[in-house]
Amino acid sequence: MADNRADTRVSMRTPLARVKGLGASGHGVEHWWLHRMTAVSNIPLIIAFVIIVAALAASPSYQEAIAIISHPLVAIILILAVISVTNHMRLGMQIVIEDYVHDKGLKIAAVIANNFYAVIIGVACLYAILKVSLGRILV
Amino acid sequence: MAEAKVAPRPLSPHLQIYRWSWTMAMSVAHRITGVALYGGIALFAIWLVALASGPSAFDNVQWFFGSPLGYLVLFGYTWILMHHMLGGVRHLVWDFGHGMEAAQRINMARFTLVGSVALTLAIWVVAFLAF
Ligand code: HEM
Repeated sequence: MADNRADTRVSMRTPLARVKGLGASGHGVEHWWLHRMTAVSNIPLIIAFVIIVAALAASPSYQEAIAIISHPLVAIILILAVISVTNHMRLGMQIVIEDYVHDKGLKIAAVIANNFYAVIIGVACLYAILKVSLGRILV
Repeated sequence: MAEAKVAPRPLSPHLQIYRWSWTMAMSVAHRITGVALYGGIALFAIWLVALASGPSAFDNVQWFFGSPLGYLVLFGYTWILMHHMLGGVRHLVWDFGHGMEAAQRINMARFTLVGSVALTLAIWVVAFLAF
């Protein structure tokens, strides 16, 4: 690949990176776009989430909490919120890690831990919501 | 490997040499609130799993959230969430190419702080009155 810029010394890319010629890994746009998509979907879902939590805080008994969470509309909104937020926070935290953790091994370990954390939180929330709400018909 | 030449790549100065501005403070706040939300969501997961486990686990968790410390955490989480949400909207406005002028940037940054405090207080007042 010919490098025909006027002054190749003034560049954000290191000489080694230029020689390797690999460029970026190619997932940047997808990461960025999904982060924006989830930022948009977070807005209505978080507003609904805050209202649901406020209703829960006001009726602190176990029966009432079960009744609120198991309402289909509440359960569906919470499931959507969990999917949107856990993806958003996973993408966001990866950016933060990549900004601050420079050691390659540590960075890989941190990104893996980030993915595990997001999946564990997501699965725990989804399991609990489904367990509480599935099969409980409001009569 | 042969001797590596150190090219004069552009470097950005360290944080402490900048004078704090509204936009800089709100940019930092957006990152800190994002990370705080990331950690704090575990509390919601714990609450849900306790609910799914049964009344005794639930009562333990409810005891924490009903304590003064629990209220403080919930109040703090509300503000952090509202701050990050309004900060996120600000980013989305920029993504569409709007709000880049100096005065607009500063006003949007101020609005993030004022708006998040107002929303947080409104949520708690409404939660206490309406429910
Ligand atoms: C309420 C609706 C939300 C909106 C509109 C929103 C929007 C955004 C946007 C636009 C960014 C990118 C900022 C940038 O480019 O620098 C971002 C970053 C981030 N968000 Fe959110 N977000 C929301 C909720 C959440 C929640 C609930 C969490 C965590 C549980 C979260 C965690 C993060 C993290 C960790 C980052 C990365 C911070 C950074 O790079 O500085 N966000 N958010």
